Amino acid sequence: MRTSFFARNPSVPIFLVLLAAFTIGVTILGEAYGTGDISTSFTKTLGKTLCLCLIAVALDLVWGYTGILSLGHFAFFGLGGYMIGMWLMYERTRAIVERSLANAPIPPTPQEIVDGIGTQIFGVVGSNEFPVVWAFADSLFLQLLMVVAVPGLLALVFGWLAFRSRVTGVYLSILTQAMTLALALYLFQNDSGLRGNNGLSGLQNLPGLGSVPQSKVSIWFLWASAAALGLGYLLAAWIVSGKFGSVMRGIRDDEARVRFLGYSVEGYKLFVFTLTAMIAGIAGALYYPQAGIVNPAEIAPIASIYLVVWVAIGGRGRLYGAVIGATFVSLVSSWFTGGQAPDIPLGVYTIKWVDWWLIVLGLSFVGVTLFAPKGIGGLVDLWTGRRAPDRHGADLGPDQGSFREREAGE
Amino acid sequence: MRTWATALLCLLAGLTEASAQDTPIQDILQEHREIILESSRRTIEPAIQAMASSGLPQAQTVLEAWQDKNIWVRTSDGLFFRADPAEGRSYTLTDFDTGAEAGTADKDDLEQIKPNSGIRGLLGTALVQFQLMDPNPANRRSALLSLERRPDPEALVPLRGSLEGEADPAILARKERLVRLLTAAFDPDEPARIEAIRGLEGDTGVDVRATLNPILTTRLQVFEGGIAAEANVARQLRPGSEAFPVAAAYDLLVADGLVPARLDNDTVKSALAANIVDGAVAGIPVADLDTQEARARAYAALVEAGTVQPGITEIEIDDELARFSFAEVYVEPSAAVTDAARDTLRSISTRVGIAQAIDLGLDALSLASIYFLAAIGLAITFGVMGVINMAHGELIMMGAYTGYVTQQLIPNHTASILVAIPLAFAVTFAAGVLLERLVIRHLYNRPLETVLATFGISIALQQLAKNIFGTQARPLTAPSWLDGAWSINDIVSISYIRIAIFVLALMFLALFLFIMKRTRFGLETRAVTQNRRMAGSMGINPDRVNMLTFGLGSGIAGIAGVAIGLYAKVTSELGADYIVQSFMTVVVGGVGNIWGTLFGATMIGFLQKGIEWANPSNTLAAQTYMIIFIIIFIQFRPRGIIALKGRAAGD
Repeated sequence: MRTSFFARNPSVPIFLVLLAAFTIGVTILGEAYGTGDISTSFTKTLGKTLCLCLIAVALDLVWGYTGILSLGHFAFFGLGGYMIGMWLMYERTRAIVERSLANAPIPPTPQEIVDGIGTQIFGVVGSNEFPVVWAFADSLFLQLLMVVAVPGLLALVFGWLAFRSRVTGVYLSILTQAMTLALALYLFQNDSGLRGNNGLSGLQNLPGLGSVPQSKVSIWFLWASAAALGLGYLLAAWIVSGKFGSVMRGIRDDEARVRFLGYSVEGYKLFVFTLTAMIAGIAGALYYPQAGIVNPAEIAPIASIYLVVWVAIGGRGRLYGAVIGATFVSLVSSWFTGGQAPDIPLGVYTIKWVDWWLIVLGLSFVGVTLFAPKGIGGLVDLWTGRRAPDRHGADLGPDQGSFREREAGE
Repeated sequence: MRTWATALLCLLAGLTEASAQDTPIQDILQEHREIILESSRRTIEPAIQAMASSGLPQAQTVLEAWQDKNIWVRTSDGLFFRADPAEGRSYTLTDFDTGAEAGTADKDDLEQIKPNSGIRGLLGTALVQFQLMDPNPANRRSALLSLERRPDPEALVPLRGSLEGEADPAILARKERLVRLLTAAFDPDEPARIEAIRGLEGDTGVDVRATLNPILTTRLQVFEGGIAAEANVARQLRPGSEAFPVAAAYDLLVADGLVPARLDNDTVKSALAANIVDGAVAGIPVADLDTQEARARAYAALVEAGTVQPGITEIEIDDELARFSFAEVYVEPSAAVTDAARDTLRSISTRVGIAQAIDLGLDALSLASIYFLAAIGLAITFGVMGVINMAHGELIMMGAYTGYVTQQLIPNHTASILVAIPLAFAVTFAAGVLLERLVIRHLYNRPLETVLATFGISIALQQLAKNIFGTQARPLTAPSWLDGAWSINDIVSISYIRIAIFVLALMFLALFLFIMKRTRFGLETRAVTQNRRMAGSMGINPDRVNMLTFGLGSGIAGIAGVAIGLYAKVTSELGADYIVQSFMTVVVGGVGNIWGTLFGATMIGFLQKGIEWANPSNTLAAQTYMIIFIIIFIQFRPRGIIALKGRAAGD
């Protein structure tokens, strides 16, 4: 009997309701439209967290469901940020340049304005010419298109090369890490055309909206991030719930068997890899205007590793697990490293959380991997009463997948 | 010069009471007393010249005293003396000619000659010719060194003179070489100069190129009409060619004041701004002046009204340029000299190219051995056991910090390194065994999980190192006998520390081969690697073997850490910097084969140096290109350079 999509995936409506409630709650408590109990900077933190949840969902699709441990998804996230950042920076600088040239006795020619913008933007890297990559920076539509297209294209080319030569498992992980390292090192150069290690800055100021206070802008971005996360979650749930999702899990559990059944494994992998790269690009494009600055350090391999940590702690192979992990770990991290956590005096030595948090995180990551492969999301199983089947000591292992366990339990 | 000085000397001798035979030094000083007292760098030259070329034995003493600010003039009679402080305010005077004491004088009666640093420099140059003949070889060497650093045309004659009577063969060779270089650079006698230049053929020394390159200095020159016949032309330039655009040619003429300036956009703009009348320029509203065309029209209207000067047009520019010829002209007027210098440089450049290639090869080899060292531990844990240890870099770091701590406890660098190497092995071996027992053992069948768990450990260890040692780089100093470099010639050189790392890498290769192929432990490891259960049935304890193998890989990483720490600074990110390259090395080389790791390291090392050589301005980009190359390389050999075949390859 066919039931509706939501009935088959009860987690989706629950998640969407919670997300809506959260968004409304923050709006009511925020500074712009409500009581002001939540400060603008915390609203921004929450908005950024929603974007991190979105890329965590993307990583869960590619890792938790398809079994490709990508250590390079933050490269796509960063690229998305760069693409929108180019437009934001160009338009804002244009406004500044036009204002300063308006006082001149002779009105400026379009070329003079462009030259002025170039000097403003690239002065820090000792140049005033627009590189080729900025060709579309004056068009919001084209840059928005590039937010999706550039990470997608990179993922397509990289994925095609990697999957075609049957690079799998750990090798692929290392290769994706190398990719993000290569991209970060490339962007670090001054002549990469994206301002080297200065990155793009001042992104929190929306062009043409200079009079709107940041408190309002932050709420708008929160709404946009929540909408993107909701849509992304729906899309991900829809993909994994159908036949396509079954093939994805099949590839994760036994790639060779799926190939022998006649499926084009490489095609499926490439599709998932590219799609998640695009989602990551969108998440990045929403994240960096809230953060205000994007620079190559954001793309460094360690960022992608943290992303994996979030998903693993939250519980991979279930979409809400990724969201829980990203929210929980990133908020707790910022609480500990922000110096808000109280120090613990031990007499001889005082534990400062700023120094010790990463050690706790690293060790808890080891602990989760060893003892709780289902992560925090596994707690939901306890609540719904679903248990893994008793295999008499034989290891079912997380690689062999949650869906099979569910089937075994039903 | 000499005759002129002598003539003057005779004249002075006649005029003054003192006899010229008795006090020649005092005479020279008196002759130049005006400029000596004035003590200005611009005018002092003749006085120093006269003293240096006097040929008198005392000249050196005088110049040295002068340089030491030890020449005083007695105001009562204007005579020059050396003066040394005696008791009270009086000074003991010494006559320069006889070297005998000449009584004392009160300080009020004396005035010190204080040469400034510029004059002291000139005095130093003048003194060189004396130092070149100095009986003490150390003085001769330092004089040569100062000449080599700052070649001086004046020194050529005294240097030639000093060749004869030079007893020390090493110094003689240096002198002869310097004579050749100075002859090539400065000799006014052209055939001798050309011969010297030709004689330098094939010499790859940096000093040779430093001598020859200035001879070929050119400057851009404008000639009205054709190029002057006496000019030593290096290259004729045609305006409008790629190397010499029309705009550059015209700007050169403008700079020389030969033609009127071109109208550029800024000039037009300011001219328009100066002529705004009632919000319009020549009838065109200011608001419309936001295109170049509108501005050109407004400017033309202003020209017609006679307010501004008309600009020069493209055709006029071409006409003007046609009146002139442009050429790069050698500063050196003699064509024969520049031809000889060019030929010699060309012959040198081939040899320099070969030498640079060898030097680059040595650099690449040492980089390869560093990668090999960093990767060899990984080749054991990843290659032999199939365990991905992302904390491998942190084990390297741990080894480096062990070396640092040892050096704090044992101040002698040689002893501390000798202690640090086994200690680093012990520490990281223990850490590796602990890691294997606590974490990795539980994850043997789940490689991706191993990656995650060891990531967690890597994050924690890095932060722990930061908490203990701080974020700043810690020095790990090499023993002094490893300082310096082995130079084959001016271009090919390699530092001893790199040689040591290379030797260490070779030793590890041998050690690895010995353990794997010749010992019981190696046999058991290979057995467990091939078939764990079968090995277990044969009475091998696979758990123990795995533990020890992992420990061995970790221990080697620790020793690599000490070696890398000697070469780079020790920071908590030391390991993380090498981890990606190390994995690349193992993957490119082929998993499970030490020779593959060796080839992988060699390939990556040479590749990186090669890319850096092709694009020297940007070492960051070199890494990017290298990673892209590796991704493409894996397309063609997905299992690395040396791929295992058959069952051992697994899947």
